[in-house]
Amino acid sequence: MRSSTRGSVSASRLLRHRGARVGFAILGFLVLLAVLAPWLSRRDPIKTAPRDALRPPGAAFLLGSDQYGRDVLSRVLHGARISLVVGLVSVSIAVGLGTPIGLASGYYGGRLDLVLMRLVDVMLAFPGILLALAIVSVLRPSLTNLMIAVGIAAVPTYARLVRATVLAAKEHLYVEAARAVGCRDRGILVRYLLPNVVAPLVVTATLGLGTAILSAAALSFLGLGSQPPEPEWGRMLSEGRDYLREAWWIATFPGLGIMATVLGMNLVGDGLRDVLDPRLRE
Amino acid sequence: MLSYVAARILACVPVLVGVTLAVFSLLFLIPGDPVKMMLAEFVTSPEQVARMRSQLHLDEPILVQYGRFVGHALVGDLGTSIRSRRPVAQEIAENLGSTAVLATASMAVAVVLGVSLGLVAALFRNSWLDVLAMLVALLGVSMPSFWLGLLLILGFSLHIGWFPATGGGDLRHLVMPALTLGLIASAIIARLTRSSLLEVLGQDYVRTARAKGLAGWNVVVQHSLANALIPIVTIFGLQFGNLLAGAVIVETVFSRPGLGRLLVGGILNKDFPLIQGTILFVATAYVLINLVVDLAYAVLDPRIRLR
Repeated sequence: MRSSTRGSVSASRLLRHRGARVGFAILGFLVLLAVLAPWLSRRDPIKTAPRDALRPPGAAFLLGSDQYGRDVLSRVLHGARISLVVGLVSVSIAVGLGTPIGLASGYYGGRLDLVLMRLVDVMLAFPGILLALAIVSVLRPSLTNLMIAVGIAAVPTYARLVRATVLAAKEHLYVEAARAVGCRDRGILVRYLLPNVVAPLVVTATLGLGTAILSAAALSFLGLGSQPPEPEWGRMLSEGRDYLREAWWIATFPGLGIMATVLGMNLVGDGLRDVLDPRLRE
Repeated sequence: MLSYVAARILACVPVLVGVTLAVFSLLFLIPGDPVKMMLAEFVTSPEQVARMRSQLHLDEPILVQYGRFVGHALVGDLGTSIRSRRPVAQEIAENLGSTAVLATASMAVAVVLGVSLGLVAALFRNSWLDVLAMLVALLGVSMPSFWLGLLLILGFSLHIGWFPATGGGDLRHLVMPALTLGLIASAIIARLTRSSLLEVLGQDYVRTARAKGLAGWNVVVQHSLANALIPIVTIFGLQFGNLLAGAVIVETVFSRPGLGRLLVGGILNKDFPLIQGTILFVATAYVLINLVVDLAYAVLDPRIRLR
């Protein structure tokens, strides 16, 4: 089947997948809110107005105001932009570093594979966000460093996935045929092996977007990611924690934002997995 | 079996060496002078900086420093905290109990809830119970633990007043942090239990068990669940590691003493001996827990030890 036909079949199957449709709807809505943020809420998400501090949700402030009198709605909307960008950049770093490591390791094998995979094993010895924590501990807390830390911490997942896929794919006859007609290693890797990697990579990266957003928000919540006054969701939750009794809305709405985004990505990721690579199902 | 155990233990050695190398290298990845970074808030003279560098043995060749780091770690000496001026190992020992209790209680919540949800979903496949159980699990994997923790504080502490919002100590302080961590981990276990059990329920020997007239519950518990548990055991090891790392966040949310709060405090204060010691300890514990899980895996599944 030609790849364009195969692509359109996959796309139509994805659109028929109930979970993926819900996921796309959630993500589409969030992207729309993020893009239209400056028009949907005219209030500055950063400028403080002490006289309006801690106003409950109502006509003046739809989602209330925080301890500095800033509009929570405006901050949540601008926070969507930050979270989506953080997720995309972190996963791009992870895929960008993990894919060549996995390709080289799986294709060349031998000592290179041994060294690279031991390196990956060592990275995997740091559970959960511990590796990202270790990386931010040596960098200054900032949004850029946060994305670098979350991205690097996810490299082993992609390196292992790509390696496993290449190991299976390189046994195929067409790879042997390519080698027999004199194709160079780089040509074989890019033209014949990389296409095999795309489907599992897309599935894992989509699910990884949600994980990256959660990790980044967690690090910001701990004070190790974005810094005030940036309207980042994790940071907003951390600030709202001190006002939970008198102003529940400060922490509630950014949390809802994180959950909706991650839920949307998980639903789309699950749908993509069912359509593109059912073997990846747990 | 013995050769499998020996091979598995030997495989841990290079990983642990790599972990020590990675943790040791942290100090050298700091852009600029690590000593100046650690002393950033204090007014320091060049003599004080030199004394600190000497105290941390940073004036010695790197290989000597690494040898000293590993040698000391092997006998339980993880250096001295810059802030508290107390041995890092002592700080870890004082906080370990609280985190271990939290991780164990969370694991209990995760296993009971996760396996039950997965079991219900698999047994009533495609019914509303299945949809509901998997929806709960999906919400669980999408929910940030720090938000769930805050919602629990808001509901059960500030509104109803059943449990204290912060602190550590007795059982009442443990309930909400354990629920926060456990509920999220249970979502992953539920999804895995469902798919694993569905796979086993489709096997020939289960059909045979049903055909020879065994009661439905017997088929599930004796013939299916034991086999379905094998992949779930693997995830326990990974989940235990995630719980250790998750404790970093949950302990901060509930202001509960533990390794997580110790580490975050260390990072915020740029207390590198404390950061290195705590990370080294948690990573080593994680590698060893996974070793135990792998060995348990072999006991449960003869195909692995006979391979």
